[in-house]
Amino acid sequence: MLNTLHRVLSLCRKEMLAILKDPSSRIVLIMPVILQSMLFGYAATYDLTNAPYAVLDQSRSAASAELLASLDGTGVFHRVATLESEQQIEEIIDKGEALLVLQFGADFERNLYAGQTASLQVILDARNSNSAGSAAADIGAIVAGFNQQWRQSHGGSAPALTVESRAWYNPNLETRWFIMPSMIASLAFLQTVMLTALSVAREREQGTFDQLLVTPMSPSEIMVGKAVPPIMIGLVQSTIVMLVTLFWFKVPMAGSLLTLYLGLVFFMISSVGVGLVLSALSANMQQAMLYSFMLMMPLMLLSGLATPVRNMPEPIQILTYANPLRFAIDLIQRVYLEGVSLFSVWYDLLPLMVIAVLTLPWAAWLFRHRLI
Amino acid sequence: MPETYQDGVAPRNLAAFLRRLYALTRKEVRQLLRDKSNLSIGLLLPVILMLIFGYGLSLDVRNAPIAVVLEDASPTAMDAISGLQLSPYFSPLLMRSMHEAEEKMLTREVDAIVRVPPDFASALNAGQGKLQVIVHGAEASRATIILNYATSALAQQGARLQDRSAGAASDGIGQVQVESRLWFNAANTSTWYLVPGLIVLIMTLTGAFLTALVMAREWERGTFEALFVSPVKPVEILLAKIIPYFVVGIIGLAMCLVTARFLFGVPMEGSLPLLLLSSVLYLFVALGIGLLISSVTRNQFMASQVSLLISLLPVFMLSGFMFDLRNVPVMINVIGHLFPATHFMTLIKTLMLAGNIWPIIILEGSILAGYAVLFIGLARLVTRKRLD
Repeated sequence: MLNTLHRVLSLCRKEMLAILKDPSSRIVLIMPVILQSMLFGYAATYDLTNAPYAVLDQSRSAASAELLASLDGTGVFHRVATLESEQQIEEIIDKGEALLVLQFGADFERNLYAGQTASLQVILDARNSNSAGSAAADIGAIVAGFNQQWRQSHGGSAPALTVESRAWYNPNLETRWFIMPSMIASLAFLQTVMLTALSVAREREQGTFDQLLVTPMSPSEIMVGKAVPPIMIGLVQSTIVMLVTLFWFKVPMAGSLLTLYLGLVFFMISSVGVGLVLSALSANMQQAMLYSFMLMMPLMLLSGLATPVRNMPEPIQILTYANPLRFAIDLIQRVYLEGVSLFSVWYDLLPLMVIAVLTLPWAAWLFRHRLI
Repeated sequence: MPETYQDGVAPRNLAAFLRRLYALTRKEVRQLLRDKSNLSIGLLLPVILMLIFGYGLSLDVRNAPIAVVLEDASPTAMDAISGLQLSPYFSPLLMRSMHEAEEKMLTREVDAIVRVPPDFASALNAGQGKLQVIVHGAEASRATIILNYATSALAQQGARLQDRSAGAASDGIGQVQVESRLWFNAANTSTWYLVPGLIVLIMTLTGAFLTALVMAREWERGTFEALFVSPVKPVEILLAKIIPYFVVGIIGLAMCLVTARFLFGVPMEGSLPLLLLSSVLYLFVALGIGLLISSVTRNQFMASQVSLLISLLPVFMLSGFMFDLRNVPVMINVIGHLFPATHFMTLIKTLMLAGNIWPIIILEGSILAGYAVLFIGLARLVTRKRLD
């Protein structure tokens, strides 16, 4: 028992040295994580914060000016041009200078005073359908507010129905609150799997793996020795992202650190399992890298990071059950944002354990049974 | 290198140049075909990505499960929430107790709760009806869309009820009605804006990532030096290395265009030749970046990490592929525009969805051409310096 421990520890130490002895790979393990978490925090947003618009106001009325004033008051919409004719609409939208054009007909105010429906034409550039959709929703809300004010100031009754809204766990519905906690798992995932995939493949390519196999170590000892260092590196990377999320972007953490780390440890073990299997299956480093990359792109995309899993069609949602990252993101989100206890994330932990239990012994078996 | 092998191809040397290039290219093609892992990245991964982007990823909400808590089950209350039941965006679950709904929200069986308070009908008659919408905010983008749809569906139905109880179609007060038109994406689906961007991703994948890896391996193993002692020029070696990956990139592009058009119905508003031309231009840029990375790092792991960081990641994050650059801080926007992928992204989305808009085509096209010259030139410079 003591011998086993001693052998495993020595191998861990050797693996750590192999990974960290090169200064450039030390940098590559830390710097990108910091850089990427900053970048994602600022760049990954589906929130509409800047919507340049142009106006074609054929009515030139007080009413249209009032509506535009409430648009400008949001801080999101900025007027970039005042158009003179309909022909100009096409140009300004085509060039992407304005996300939307508002067109008031000549009879806009007249219709309003006549008690009729005054139409406001909104032309949206939907090359990015998400921005266009958000802008349309915002305009809808602003116009609804305008209508209500108009009714009340022209002798109408207040609306009989008001709709109050509230959002749990993310009061301002910021994308960042969702993306950053997900990053705690995803950023580490990418490098952990690649590092692990390279570890055995490198020794295979250099011929040192056979030497390792003839040492007194059993395949499972080799497996543990190869698995522990990347798990530790992954945890360090996750911690860095978590610190950035917490202290730079100030996303408040609702849950307990202990639960979060327990989930992360299980996630790292299962991703290292995936990496080791890939590594044992590849003949050389290049294959290991390419295969792990090929696997990781779909896993990252279908994890709920880019677009929510719930938006996906049913069959694809079922496919994501084989994806460790999907469960890790769900778990971290629930612990970080919702503050749930360990007891309520068992359905995320269980699949992670299953993946680990399947992949790690498989990798150990492959060490001996696939000699290339 | 011996001095007899200088650059500059005189006419009588052209035949020899072509012969050597042909021989080298054949060697590279065989090498590429032998290792299935290269080809699978170049050809299989694009297919997988296209299917994922076309069928898997979506920012659109359909049939979101929401809990409707009817603490008042009067006909008026049923009327007020009927807008939700007709909506394609929701599949409402009717229930009586708020407790049950909150439970379902905690386990995320529902995305939102619409609460109709006990005295809703009488309050509405008194002109003070209140409805409450609570949304699970963890997935912010989905939550925002659900919240917007739900609030506007409820408010519209509420206004209709009020008109009905007032007994008149109109009380003589005007109101503004929004008529919106979506240009360039009549289907209003995120697939249309994601799929063109995928072409950028796939070209970057083959051009920069794959090339960087393959070349870094040659440097790492020293097989490059073996080539240098043979009577071929550096340019020929580089060209022979590039040509197979160029072809793989073009095949990837063709597959993308065919699937985009016939599987996902993404329109092709602009001219196809222009699109092909700009893609070839971008492929040169990507190949240049790939070559540059490999000859600077000369190590497979480093090459993979660097190309991930400076070529693939920017495509995802900073090019306007998924996230609109209009919504990011100015600094990030500026950084985003430093990457060639951002310019190709604008160009390709415009050509596919909007049409031949010349000011954009000329501007972005010439920026891409500039980058192509820059990176290919740099790659050649770096490779030569190390040789001499």
